[in-house]
Amino acid sequence: MGEKKNGAQIVWESLLQEGVEVVFGLPGGAILPVYDALAKYQYPIHHVLVTHEQGASHMADGYARATGRVGVCMATSGPGATNLTTGLATANMDSSAVVAITGQVATSLLGRDGFQEADVQGVTLPITKHNYLVTNIRELPDAIKEAFYIARTGRPGPVLVDICKDAQQAEMEFEYPETVNLQGYNPALSAADADATARAARLINDAERPLIVAGQGVSIAHAEAELRQLAEKANIPVATSLLGISTFPETHPLSVGMGGMHGEAFTNYALQECDVLVAIGARLDDRLTGAFSTFASKAKIIHIDLDPSEVGKNLTIDTPLVGDALLTLRELLPLVDINEHQAWLAQIAQWKTDTDQRDLLAQETDDLVPPFIMRQLWHLTNEGDCTVVSDVGQHQMWEAQYFLHTKQRSLVTSGGLGTMGFALPAAIGVQIGRPNEEVWVVAGDGGFQMTMAELSTVVAEGLPIKISIINNGYLGMVRQWQDVFYDKRYAGTPLFNPNFTKIAEAYGVAALAVNRKEDVASAIRQAQTHKGPFLIDFQVNPFANVFPMVAPGKSNADMIRRPMPATIEDATEA
Amino acid sequence: MKHTVIAWMEDKPGVLNRVAGLFRRRNFNIESLTVGHSETRGISRMTFVVDGDERQVRQVETQLGKLINVTAIRDVTREPTVVRELVLAKVSANSANRSEILQLVDIYRASIVDVAMDSLVIQITGPEERVNSLISLLQTFGIKEMVRTGRVAMVRGNGHSANGRHLED
Repeated sequence: MGEKKNGAQIVWESLLQEGVEVVFGLPGGAILPVYDALAKYQYPIHHVLVTHEQGASHMADGYARATGRVGVCMATSGPGATNLTTGLATANMDSSAVVAITGQVATSLLGRDGFQEADVQGVTLPITKHNYLVTNIRELPDAIKEAFYIARTGRPGPVLVDICKDAQQAEMEFEYPETVNLQGYNPALSAADADATARAARLINDAERPLIVAGQGVSIAHAEAELRQLAEKANIPVATSLLGISTFPETHPLSVGMGGMHGEAFTNYALQECDVLVAIGARLDDRLTGAFSTFASKAKIIHIDLDPSEVGKNLTIDTPLVGDALLTLRELLPLVDINEHQAWLAQIAQWKTDTDQRDLLAQETDDLVPPFIMRQLWHLTNEGDCTVVSDVGQHQMWEAQYFLHTKQRSLVTSGGLGTMGFALPAAIGVQIGRPNEEVWVVAGDGGFQMTMAELSTVVAEGLPIKISIINNGYLGMVRQWQDVFYDKRYAGTPLFNPNFTKIAEAYGVAALAVNRKEDVASAIRQAQTHKGPFLIDFQVNPFANVFPMVAPGKSNADMIRRPMPATIEDATEA
Repeated sequence: MKHTVIAWMEDKPGVLNRVAGLFRRRNFNIESLTVGHSETRGISRMTFVVDGDERQVRQVETQLGKLINVTAIRDVTREPTVVRELVLAKVSANSANRSEILQLVDIYRASIVDVAMDSLVIQITGPEERVNSLISLLQTFGIKEMVRTGRVAMVRGNGHSANGRHLED
């Protein structure tokens, strides 16, 4: 039998057994026994004190995405736990392996609406992969073991373990279980059905205009190399979803970049005109597809996904391949013929010429426009040798369009839930997970203010995170919708911003404001050479909008394009 | 089209809540749902009827399959099954019409489980159509109160309804 331990010690012992090195959290009454036991486990487990529990869940999420391991966050009952929920819902939408440990009131007080009681299991039910309420210490080791197992296996996701205070205080002989016993959960990875795979190969071999759309599932399955082999073997162009960015090098001749609502026009034309679409580890959500009924309507769709509920959820799939992306691609690859697809690639190249002519960077302007900053950042990071953590909004789309990701897992962003305030705390998790990486936050002025209190965590942890704020004085993406759909009635979108450089300095973060194009490169270089964290407040043209744009519910072919520059228009007319 | 689906799940606190929450969140149109013990200790068996096209029903199955506590799911709509429902109906009755009601009960092989001066409680079991048919006849006498269990189903013959098949085996 094991040694006698109390529940709080068992929590830390179990985390040690799971190989946990860092926990992001904030204490409170109902989790105090666990914190009291922390002293004994400070090494090798490092506790990162956050400013707000939302930050803790985003940090755990960022850490998980950066390392491929489980990110752990911790909070007290009631408001502590409910503050975690935004981060849990974010992780759930983006399939990120997070374990949240929360304190709960004592079992005897459950259901009596005592101080700081909230039904955390009930609240988190629809935003976690699974959750536990531990009312008895005897359930605790299994709950934690299962939580880690469920979070990291199959399609990853967040799991919450809510532990009653008396279970933390009770004692028992502790032995960490070696196996899990989950009758209803078998995440063993397998390739898709062989017949279906053969059918898919025939479709691909017969295609004249094939297109791959890669999602984050490629990265979760570590199938980047196989994706590239498939694309190169049959000369199939590769589009991605937002989270699929960095699964395929964006400088590769076969890369057509991100598609969808703010995808480049040639990418969306390729999506609409292809005759076979191979979706790999992508949920095919509305931001990628536009109106479901019009998406890739000329194409037979092959959908490779681990999660059977994703296949056919939004679109009718001709050839469902339910299985692990890596194992399935390995089966598919030998069945796919070498192919040229010259006419199709030429067609895409022609569309791209038009896109290139409308490229914002091709236009002469003295305005400080965000695409220019994104491309400068890309150049100055040795063409993308860094990890970008973007927030949500216009800057996120400009980053996706103009920062050409070539390195695997080099973009961390909130895709599915679109959580503003994600970037700074997530970057803390990323930097802790990748201590030697250059980590850049790209955030808007609105989202940054939602969680900027975590600057104190950046400083306390001594993290050299570089922060760029694309400051346009508006909730820019919402303002853009007001421009396009609400006759420029800017209700609730103009921001009253603080002086961001002074905010940074108050926390002890070096900072610089930039409002001229010619200062961008030197500011980025200064941030890079500065040893600690650095913030750049890029005060950009406030009325720049993100194009192309597909209105919600419209077809991807129905884009609001970037304007053709006047010089080119003249030349075409002449 | 209406589909009859059987789901097996671990008998743990909150499992029904998980299933009900999923149905609500995914906007599934559930017509009836019954749950009780199965032949296996610790495993509950749920029968539910969902109205929808193939895509919707497939979503119900696959989303339900992702719940950790759900151990098996089977759509038995197209299989030979025994389908039953139990109904208790309290029907207005007096000396003038009581024998007429008794006749109907007899024809439908239902039974009287309680008799009062002005009412009868009738227990009806059977396939849904037969149950519905009797209920519509009883309505002419006035149904004061009624409770229906919803459909339960079992695959005919030797095969176990779950086919020994649990999730992702």
